Amino acid sequence: MNHERIVGTAVPRKEGREKVTGKAVYVDDMVLPGMLYGATVRSQIPRGRIKKITFETSVAWSEFVIVSAKDIPGKNCIALIGDDQPCLASDSINHPEEPVLLLAHPDRHALRKAVDAVSIEYNPLPAIFTMEESERGSEIVWGTDNVFKTYLIQKGNVDDVWSRADYIIEGEYSTGAQEQLYIENNGMVAAYDAKQGITVWGSLQCPYYVHKALMALCDLPAEKVRVVQMETGGAFGGKEDYPSMIAGHAALLAMKSGKPVKIVYDRAEDMAATTKRHPSRTRHRTALSRDGKILGGEIEFTIDGGAYATLSSVVLSRGAIHAGGPYYWPSVRIRAKAVATNAPPHGAFRGFGGPQSIFAMERHMDRIAQVVGLSPVEIRRRNFLQPGQTTTTEQVVRELIDLGKLLDRAISVSEYQTKKQEFAIENGTGATKKGIGIAAFLHGAGFTGSGERYLSSVVGVEGCADGGVRILVSSTEFGQGTKTVLCQIAAEALGLRYEDVTIAQPDTTEVPNSGPTVASRTVMVVGKLVESAARGIHQTLKLSGMLGDSYSAEEFRAACQAYVAGHGQLRSWAQYDPPPDVFWDDEKYRGEAYAAYSWAVYIAEVSVDLTTYSVSVNDFVALQEVGRVLHPVLAIGQIVGGVAQGIGFALFEKVIWQQGRMQNNQMTNYIMPTSSDLPPIRVFFEELGNVHGAFGAKGIGELPMDGPAPAIVNAIEDALGVRFDSIPLMPEDIYDAITARSLRGEDEVASVIR
Amino acid sequence: MKKELVELKINGRTHELAIEPSALLLDVLRQDLGLTGSKRGCDESSCGACTVLVDGVAMMSCTLLAASCQEQEITTVEGVSQHGSLAAIQKAYGDWGGAQCGFCTPGFIMTVKSLMAENPDPSEAEVRAALSSNLCRCTGYSQMYAAIKSAIAAERNAMVEAK
Ligand code: FES
Ligand code: FES
Repeated sequence: MNHERIVGTAVPRKEGREKVTGKAVYVDDMVLPGMLYGATVRSQIPRGRIKKITFETSVAWSEFVIVSAKDIPGKNCIALIGDDQPCLASDSINHPEEPVLLLAHPDRHALRKAVDAVSIEYNPLPAIFTMEESERGSEIVWGTDNVFKTYLIQKGNVDDVWSRADYIIEGEYSTGAQEQLYIENNGMVAAYDAKQGITVWGSLQCPYYVHKALMALCDLPAEKVRVVQMETGGAFGGKEDYPSMIAGHAALLAMKSGKPVKIVYDRAEDMAATTKRHPSRTRHRTALSRDGKILGGEIEFTIDGGAYATLSSVVLSRGAIHAGGPYYWPSVRIRAKAVATNAPPHGAFRGFGGPQSIFAMERHMDRIAQVVGLSPVEIRRRNFLQPGQTTTTEQVVRELIDLGKLLDRAISVSEYQTKKQEFAIENGTGATKKGIGIAAFLHGAGFTGSGERYLSSVVGVEGCADGGVRILVSSTEFGQGTKTVLCQIAAEALGLRYEDVTIAQPDTTEVPNSGPTVASRTVMVVGKLVESAARGIHQTLKLSGMLGDSYSAEEFRAACQAYVAGHGQLRSWAQYDPPPDVFWDDEKYRGEAYAAYSWAVYIAEVSVDLTTYSVSVNDFVALQEVGRVLHPVLAIGQIVGGVAQGIGFALFEKVIWQQGRMQNNQMTNYIMPTSSDLPPIRVFFEELGNVHGAFGAKGIGELPMDGPAPAIVNAIEDALGVRFDSIPLMPEDIYDAITARSLRGEDEVASVIR
Repeated sequence: MKKELVELKINGRTHELAIEPSALLLDVLRQDLGLTGSKRGCDESSCGACTVLVDGVAMMSCTLLAASCQEQEITTVEGVSQHGSLAAIQKAYGDWGGAQCGFCTPGFIMTVKSLMAENPDPSEAEVRAALSSNLCRCTGYSQMYAAIKSAIAAERNAMVEAK
């Protein structure tokens, strides 16, 4: 076999041609004979009980299929981690976008009027909308204490450090909700027949999550539920859990009507009702020595989970584990808490808690630098984790990462030092102030702790009758390049051409459960399994005497054809096998949190216009170590796309809430960056390799979301000398802070200096 | 509502259709004609996923009355590739990472087609300005700039060769 001819090269995207010609089939492009359209009647109040539902007589209701909670054959919940979220509210309302009734009609346009013609009367109950209200507990809206989940991570004895500290530095940081804003709205088509059961086709990330939810909801056995992923127009975590809800709704309407039903949200409904990034608040209290070394600290990380538990516990876990950043903490106590409010449940969004707690850490690091009197560069350098040291969960860093070297390279390519000096001079005059800021961070790849062990993912590789090879996984493509990269891996492992390998459309009747497509796990975890399943095909052919150790692509094809002709089928399976030396304690939250981490240093250059108070990002350097880069074009695409979303998170994307409901649920008033808003994003890779991933790859998808916001806000502070600890940071916030400062006529003094 | 007969010229073919006067071009393309390449991302002229060319001008079909486009030449993404071979811009979007999830791609391709027709040698600033009517959440746009550059170069080479 030749050595690595396919991995590392920019082969064409498997589904690229369909996408550029408009032939790729997304869920809204599907039409089934006799299909109805479905719509959702939602609650109008944040909390209360349903008193009465009235159907106004202006609508010909006999033409509509109407589903309520009473029509649910199984359990009225969206099964996920806990089962607390109802599929349809029957009595209690806990947020203002709670689904209450479902309607279906052959004419899509008839539905809007019908939805408006349903009026619901309530007995309202007091509702809560902030983490602080939730913590106060004056109103209990979930469980016994409004708390979905807590974690405590303890390393060493942090209580001992305060008396030894030369500096104790405190800070509080917060981040807002962020809408995923995939350009394709959520949607599902469902069809039912008594013999085959229910089939749904949809825009989704995790076929087996939907499968599990439908089994419980429809009270059907596994073989009578089929979930097919259609081409998916972006997801970013936003199609991780909510698709189960929409699939459930479409399925209920299909079961009741006996006809296929399509539900595709419009933008306003998608933005208001589906999940967003958890708002967060992080408090740091850090002890430092005179020379700027972290001695220990306390970190309190709190997220707003919205009305139901959904994924909050896992988002919280990742956020808590990433809260200490890429630094060495001799001792630390991290308390993490997810609380309930009466907003629609918050959910997964690229980074999954990491961007929130890393924003806090990296802002705090700049604050520490100021108090201690070191540069942002030096304070980081002195505290970087080194190989052999342990993380906050006491995981030994085995990777030979040299963060100092990463920092040096980022500084040199961004011309950090020169710019710092230039800006100091330029900022003396003029109404435009410039600044440059750094963020250093890490992101764990794969499920946290014992997660991968519980998932126990399976993948298959099939030798086909025509001699080609086909991959069978439930991992989904939604832009990241799953299909392409997994095919590269299989082709590389078997020494075939990229064109010889195809990948099945994720369909639960065809593909095994290779786990959800989340957590930057696809290339590292699933990819590794694809590699070994692919090798299994060669093994079988070899054992049957049909193929030797070295062969040409044509010889492989012939052997494969002959084997399938003789035996009917050629398949090889691989299942996740946890490395034997991995230790994780779910109780104490200690041990190997992730099989591997990706590492990065990002540098942002900004200018702030003091007449409009708007911020422009002028240059952005994204340097990372993600293991082996399997596909340079896709990898750069992941980084640039993630940085763009991070810039939006920092400066553009503000959800305006009123009574738990998003008010600006349109693309015209919730603003994401356009091509005119973004700087050149310069991407650099270091490649260290990784024993856990296929051909040395690690996770890449989420990492770029973590760094931009703190790097930008650090740069803004550098430009203005004013501290901002909350994002999104809008021009009005900058205006307020600058006016407040000039009123006070003084600069703020760092909080506690011993 | 009463339907009216209209004639629409789409991708070089004339279609006679009975549609409601209020029917939007995007609905007619997607539902009546099964041309599902043009996408719906918003319904309010803000995402550009529905962009088509009307007499060569990039227009958002989600807010355009179909009946108002009679007598005009409508081009959708389905009309961009000729005889099964990709147009330079399609190939370049594929090769250079211009398309990730692909949902915004048809709209961008139409916008870029009109840019290239109007301005055969756009600067990066002009490209950025032209693309700002369309939203892409996946790519951060930069690989699109590379794609456009390469498509322009490819077209120029093809022209030189043809001469
Ligand atoms: S669908 Fe037309 S601009 Fe969004
Ligand atoms: S490629 Fe996904 S929105 Fe542009």
